[in-house]
Amino acid sequence: MSDPIFGIHGAALELRSKRMGILASNIANAATPGFKARDMDFNAALDARLERQNSTPAQLAEPELLYRRPTMPSLDGNTVELGREQVVFAENALAYSATLSFVQGKVNTITRALKGE
Amino acid sequence: MSDGSPMTLFSMTERAMSAQLVRMNVATSNLANAGSVASSADEAYRPVRVAFAAELDRASGLSSVRSDGLRQSDIEPTKRFDPGNPLADETGHVFDAPVDESAEMIEIMEAARQYQNMVQALQTAKQLMLETLRSN
Repeated sequence: MSDPIFGIHGAALELRSKRMGILASNIANAATPGFKARDMDFNAALDARLERQNSTPAQLAEPELLYRRPTMPSLDGNTVELGREQVVFAENALAYSATLSFVQGKVNTITRALKGE
Repeated sequence: MSDGSPMTLFSMTERAMSAQLVRMNVATSNLANAGSVASSADEAYRPVRVAFAAELDRASGLSSVRSDGLRQSDIEPTKRFDPGNPLADETGHVFDAPVDESAEMIEIMEAARQYQNMVQALQTAKQLMLETLRSN
């Protein structure tokens, strides 16, 4: 139902927030021996989400989690590279903000149309 | 999770931060015992380390950190000849705690940095959530 109003931005916002959790988990486990950093392919996840949304009956697709390939593997088996995780986290937060402003714009448009100003 | 509710970004960060705090406390107590001597190898202080383990919450896909118990290191205390020491054994030796001060300092610094990283990540996430909430 929200799909025609917000376009892809509704699904994108939800995926961005999910990805933020995954990346925060990576940062939290930067010192855990044997922890494997995870991430999702955002484009693929968004495509899958939209495809499922349009099919009937609509169902929620869980994004597929992939494992990060480390540039330099560490001895304890941990594949978190803090610098990288933080950059990706920042990028994801920025994209979340951008998507949010699109949604806000849509809401503003509709509110103005409703008020008839 | 113990209380049955799915893990949120907040509870995940909180756990990760308290794990880092345990690590810092342990390193600090190692450092505090750096100069201690004992009259036998068994009585001497052995440095303690925290073992971390990832804690995956399947409902939300978040993984947090928990401290998986404290491990005592098996480094042998250094035997030093000091007959004037009141704790010296019959051969005049005392046993120094095998604490590596620089290693402990680095441990503390690393824990502090990790803690900072978590605070920053939480701040960003919280700000975005608030923005989402307040949009109209």
